Amino acid sequence: MSNGIEIQGLVREFKNGPRAVDGIELTVQPGEIYGFLGPNGAGKSTTVLMLTTLLPPTAGTARVAGHDIVREGPLVRGVIGAALQEAALDPLLTGRDHLRLQTTLQGLPKAQRKSRGAELLRRVGLEDAADRKVGGYSGGMKRRLDLALALVHSPRVLFLDEPTTGLDPSSRADLWTEVARLAREDGVTVFLTTQYLEEADQLADRVGIIDHGRIVAEGSPQSLKEQIGRSSVEAIPANPDDREAIEIVLSQFGEPAAASPKGVAVRLAGGSESLGQVVRALDGEGLEVSHLQLHAPSLDDVFLAATGRSLEGDEEPEAQEEAAA
Amino acid sequence: MNRETIGEVGLIARRSVRRTFRQPALIVPVILFPLLLLAINASGLDVTKNIPNFPADSYLDFALVVTFMQGGLFAATTAGTELANDIETGFLNRLQLTPLKAPAILVGQLAGALAVAFIASVVYLAIGLIAGAHIAAGVGGALALIGLAMLVALAFGGLGAIIGARTGSAEAVQGMFPLLFVFFFLSSMNLPRDLIAQQWFRTIATWNPVSYLVEGLRSLVITGWDGTALWRFMVAAGAISVIGFVGASVSLRTRMERT
Repeated sequence: MSNGIEIQGLVREFKNGPRAVDGIELTVQPGEIYGFLGPNGAGKSTTVLMLTTLLPPTAGTARVAGHDIVREGPLVRGVIGAALQEAALDPLLTGRDHLRLQTTLQGLPKAQRKSRGAELLRRVGLEDAADRKVGGYSGGMKRRLDLALALVHSPRVLFLDEPTTGLDPSSRADLWTEVARLAREDGVTVFLTTQYLEEADQLADRVGIIDHGRIVAEGSPQSLKEQIGRSSVEAIPANPDDREAIEIVLSQFGEPAAASPKGVAVRLAGGSESLGQVVRALDGEGLEVSHLQLHAPSLDDVFLAATGRSLEGDEEPEAQEEAAA
Repeated sequence: MNRETIGEVGLIARRSVRRTFRQPALIVPVILFPLLLLAINASGLDVTKNIPNFPADSYLDFALVVTFMQGGLFAATTAGTELANDIETGFLNRLQLTPLKAPAILVGQLAGALAVAFIASVVYLAIGLIAGAHIAAGVGGALALIGLAMLVALAFGGLGAIIGARTGSAEAVQGMFPLLFVFFFLSSMNLPRDLIAQQWFRTIATWNPVSYLVEGLRSLVITGWDGTALWRFMVAAGAISVIGFVGASVSLRTRMERT
């Protein structure tokens, strides 16, 4: 598999800690965008550190673009680009300084360094800010520069570790566009970790859901939702005093789900077909609703079905994974 | 060291120097603080020259080299802090993903500290001469003084880099500063060893390599070309440099554990 990733039984244990990564098996096809989705501390970043050769695995192995991550570290590093969790930038250097340094360190011929740097700055929309110190960049600008630096040597496989965390919606959309273009037009294989359901849903061809170091579900976002996810229904009472009564009625049809502040929601154990029964039950109790909406299954439903917990609002501290690493 | 490695060192060195000069807070205290101490000591302790067998005609001549030593000490914290910053910001991870080798990072990182030490040494010397100091070894001795001061900076820079690489914390490196300062005061920095009355102090000063660094530098100012003082300086500086560089290389290699 020339540009793909094959992972077999990958394990990483830390001293006095649990297994951060516990026997992962997965394959990423060349040119595919693979979304690695999970809560903080699930093992996403540890996996990326191992795949980028920055952390030796305790057991198992993986091949990136055909090279073994344990035995052929330098060859792996030669064909990958990586933007790790924190944008690894020097606040005292300018964007252009960074590209000059990176193009030289990656061994680009002298004649190409300047033009390659300028091309990447243009591509990520940082031409105007190229001669400003990075310390004055916004979060989105730093992420875009980080991506440009990862692309300097035209990598065949790109690792992006939570690339949009902390970005505003506009910056996030810009980055998604660029990542999608890299995969579609340049054929770059993208391994993307994220804790954002929307990101995995919109960007990834396939998604692997990781929890406590293990992959608990894998497939295209659509197929996962079809296989595991269940619809939910949300009702907003016409009279706020009826909220408790509506909760009691809805609880007959499934377990509570996330809802808007004024609403009450449940995941429908019987699927979307039971919506009619919900309407009849509410009507039978004489309860009026101002708004009733059926929500299609989401990746959060998939995560809930696989782990018994909701991914949204999961606040397991990232520091746990970081400290271990 | 092959041509490729020299190129890598040059690249990291340029970055280190550029970073250093973009942080005036790293340079200004290195120059001002030792000169301030020199001014206080040279005026307040000048009567010390009247002690029998005191080796200099003025305390300014005697104490001038202390500024170079303090400049070297600042170099240690600069080198360590810069390395720790690269670890804290994740920049070291970026370098790790390139073909760059650990020793090239280390040597390149020390370049910024050496640049500060060079500028500071030139300023110390110029201010000292303006204030009336006399360099017994002449113009050549003055140039040698700057060269040896750079060696002191290199030696202590390696020690700073060990702490920086091991802890990955700029605060930890800054915390090392007072510890090294104690070593400075327990040397022949303020008095010649044979004039130190307290036996325990004289014993520590005799075993303290810092004494030989101070005495080597001082010999150029107050004695002239003193072969014994200079070879002792070279042995002490060489030993500290080797310990610093090997220790920092091992620490950095451990930090840059990659397959």
